[in-house]
Amino acid sequence: MSAPVLIDYDTVVERYDPMLGLEVHVELSTLTKMFCGCPTEFGAEPNTQVCPTCLGLPGSLPVVNGEAVRSAILIGLALHCEIVPRCRFARKNYFYPDMPKNFQTSQYDEPIAINGYLDVTLDDGSTVRVEIERAHMEEDTGKSLHVGGATGRIHGADYSLLDYNRAGVPLIEIVTKMIPGTRERAPEVAKAYVSQLRDMLRGLGVSDVRMDQGSMRCDVNLSLSPRDSGVLGTRSETKNVNSLRSVERAVRFEMCRQAGVLEAGEKVVQETRHFEEASGTTRAGRRKETAEDYRYFPEPDLVPVEPSAEWVAQLRDSLPEMPGARRKRVQAEWSLSDEELRDLVNAGALDLVAATVAAGAPSGEARSWWVSYLSQQANNSGVALDELPITPEQLARVIELVAGGELSNNLARQAVDGVLAGEGSPDEVVAARGLKVVSDDSALITAVDEALAAQPDVAEKIRGGKVAAAGAIVGAVMKATRGQADAKRVRELILDRCK
Amino acid sequence: MSELTRLTAAELAEKIHSREVSAVEATQAHLDRITEVDPVVHAFLHVATQPALAAAAEVDAALANGNEPASPLAGVPLALKDVLATSDMPTTCGSKILEGWRPPYDATVAARLRKAGVVILGKTNMDEFAMGSSTEHSAYGPTHNPWDTTRIPGGSGGGSAASLAAFEAPLAIGTDTGGSIRQPAAVTGTVGVKPTYGGVSRYGLVACASSLDQAGPCARTVLDAALLHEVIGGHDPLDSTSIDTPVPAVVDAARRGAEGDLRGLRIGVVRELGGEGYQPEVEATFRSALSRLESLGAELVTVSCPHFDYALAAYYLILPSEVSSNLARFDAMRYGLRVQPSVDSSAEEVMAATREAGFGDEVKRRIMLGTYALSSGYYDAYYGKAQKVRTLITRDFAAAFGQADVLVSPTAPTTAFRIGEKVDNPLAMYLNDLCTIPANMAGTPAMSVPAGLAESDGLPVGLQIMAPALGEAVMYRVAAAFEAARNAAEGGPLIQRLENGLGVPV
Repeated sequence: MSAPVLIDYDTVVERYDPMLGLEVHVELSTLTKMFCGCPTEFGAEPNTQVCPTCLGLPGSLPVVNGEAVRSAILIGLALHCEIVPRCRFARKNYFYPDMPKNFQTSQYDEPIAINGYLDVTLDDGSTVRVEIERAHMEEDTGKSLHVGGATGRIHGADYSLLDYNRAGVPLIEIVTKMIPGTRERAPEVAKAYVSQLRDMLRGLGVSDVRMDQGSMRCDVNLSLSPRDSGVLGTRSETKNVNSLRSVERAVRFEMCRQAGVLEAGEKVVQETRHFEEASGTTRAGRRKETAEDYRYFPEPDLVPVEPSAEWVAQLRDSLPEMPGARRKRVQAEWSLSDEELRDLVNAGALDLVAATVAAGAPSGEARSWWVSYLSQQANNSGVALDELPITPEQLARVIELVAGGELSNNLARQAVDGVLAGEGSPDEVVAARGLKVVSDDSALITAVDEALAAQPDVAEKIRGGKVAAAGAIVGAVMKATRGQADAKRVRELILDRCK
Repeated sequence: MSELTRLTAAELAEKIHSREVSAVEATQAHLDRITEVDPVVHAFLHVATQPALAAAAEVDAALANGNEPASPLAGVPLALKDVLATSDMPTTCGSKILEGWRPPYDATVAARLRKAGVVILGKTNMDEFAMGSSTEHSAYGPTHNPWDTTRIPGGSGGGSAASLAAFEAPLAIGTDTGGSIRQPAAVTGTVGVKPTYGGVSRYGLVACASSLDQAGPCARTVLDAALLHEVIGGHDPLDSTSIDTPVPAVVDAARRGAEGDLRGLRIGVVRELGGEGYQPEVEATFRSALSRLESLGAELVTVSCPHFDYALAAYYLILPSEVSSNLARFDAMRYGLRVQPSVDSSAEEVMAATREAGFGDEVKRRIMLGTYALSSGYYDAYYGKAQKVRTLITRDFAAAFGQADVLVSPTAPTTAFRIGEKVDNPLAMYLNDLCTIPANMAGTPAMSVPAGLAESDGLPVGLQIMAPALGEAVMYRVAAAFEAARNAAEGGPLIQRLENGLGVPV
């Protein structure tokens, strides 16, 4: 197979409209599997979390995990979907060694949640509404480990090992409708959608959403239409897209690759492709001679799932605030511009600021600390903002000390530095370092007089009405008091002494 | 033959519980009988001599300690169809693909039997994966009908029914997907009950067609079947399709029915279940059964179920569809037979070679039919249409049960045919389930009781009694009344004729 000819991205966007669709599989963090009581914990010894049902042994039968249904409904509601009053499982039939029954119990034409949306915020603060076609429940397959050969792929392997621990772990598949009109922003929209979907799922507490561990997996569907033609092209489905960055790269690569095919006067083949993390490219999967026919039919071993209206209403009431709605609320409450909100979100500081505000600090101060000073500190030490060894409560205490006039801004930074250095709580740092605004006027007057005496020419200027010259004396007093004086008060005293 | 093997389960239980006979003696008597006749009958695929004697000894020990019997059937031996998973015996489903497979778990039915102190003698022969009406499709050779060993014992549960007729066991468990309990009961002169779908757990029942399969009791008398029904029935959280209601009081109903009073009861004769394709003697025996029911005070009404005519066709789309999916798991990857064509065969090649070698023709035929019926482009015309027919059949039943308390028909259109007679003509074989299939399609209960012997061949004919869902009590009542009346008029149970030896070819 020859290497694909790629067209320059700007040219692609000039000539084609990308049509984007995303399928995201989320492993639920229920304690037990979708249809049996086996534990779902990640990383156990192979084939130790199995039973007759998830091994598909003859005679075994599935029983639906109610907790998984609850999670599915929560996800559906959070995506503004309709939760159907009656849905069924279906069998998706195909042979593969990591699938114990050689059919996957899934949902087909009767999913539990349909017709929703997720409003996705892009970097510039604009919002794209991604429409959700459906969210449905299914079971995961086992894992194959291909041993020998060069690539770790089944082709060329000496033998394969099978681990069924993952078989039967509950999955929710969330399928978007085609997202039109993304143009040059298609890669960004794809990444922002997956990222914000991940935040939402994390907020619901239904999944670990670890793309690196496979508890969240993304398939990218993409086709190109000649620009403004509205004529749909043939799509490819790219699997194995296992990080946010890969989502963006996979979309971009497929746009350039498909444009190369079309520009050469050829046809895009409808196929499954695999994303290669190392090269940032996609490669075709094994070409099938005939289209796969999964022979779906209703799962006769299960009865329909019929969530009551009361239960759904109760779950709706229990929904935590969704990230998008929360951002909007916070923006209003804290009077933020779009840019300020964006900086806050990009700095990963929203939760931290909110927690600091909840601990009693004004939002302006809290935001300023996290977005600037603490972000710098995090950056300098190469850790994430929320990994800094200071809690929102500790920062709120520092802000409180400043507001009460007990610390100057300069002293407050020293207090924060102390906390970051592991010297204890803000109050402990203040005490240990002797950080205290010198508010005793007699002590300050002595210092002011000494400073004026040391710089008689400056003192003369002030007395002559050049008030601005007081700055030099303030600096000297602050230096003399090791920064513990209240600069405002020092200034007042200087002007007073020079009258 | 030991006297103990002639007894009904109820009589045997009474002797064991009063400690007149030990469970070990009773079990040994049946094991001896198996040794004596099974080389000819071939009802068993596996005889669990040691586990059976050990289970019996436990029952005896408990009774010796003064404990109450674990159930009314504690200590009574039973033959278990080899389609139910047993942790201490192989489970083959009559297939080469599962030869020697020993499940790591017990089916709920097996677990309930053990808990009730019922002694499992072994596993009985069957058509491969319960597909067939003659037990000729077993990979381990056919079972012979004790009435005439050149004839079939019915199927798929021919082993279970034959074990009763041969006095190898007083009780057996069968499974009924389209008649696999009732048709064997009819052709062996025994009693077989298909409970309401969901009435007995399917957990551990290796699926043929999940939406049709139902395990049920087999016995030589209606009361014995009722006693067994109450042991195995009831809700099971491991089976989502299991019904969460108490087991109908069938033992009471059978006892009451035996008093012989059917006044006030309306019995519907299904017009569509008779006529062309029915052996004249079967119809004659059925007519005499109707007269007997009338003489017990029942009112006979004729009902019409017009969609029953399409039941067989629809059944042979739904069943293979489910079969094609249920049997996909037999792929050599985890258990059972593995055929590896060469050292470097791929998994796919091993799967194909194993399934080619491990499945018999009838199983392959149905897998192919079902795969086709579910295929894209054909689904609506076949599987979809068949499901609509199923709904219409259910409505026919509902309408009929508006006019009658139970429905009756012959259980099978013919008496036992000869081994080999229909094995190469699948359609002729399928037609033997004409009367039994509608109840599976609707999920309603139905049973077969011995009605009499056909005049020409002297072989048993069964009377099928069908009831509405969860209407087992009225069904058992009618069956017991009929059984009592027939026995009184004819000088004892039909099966008595076999007490002194197997039947001879006629």
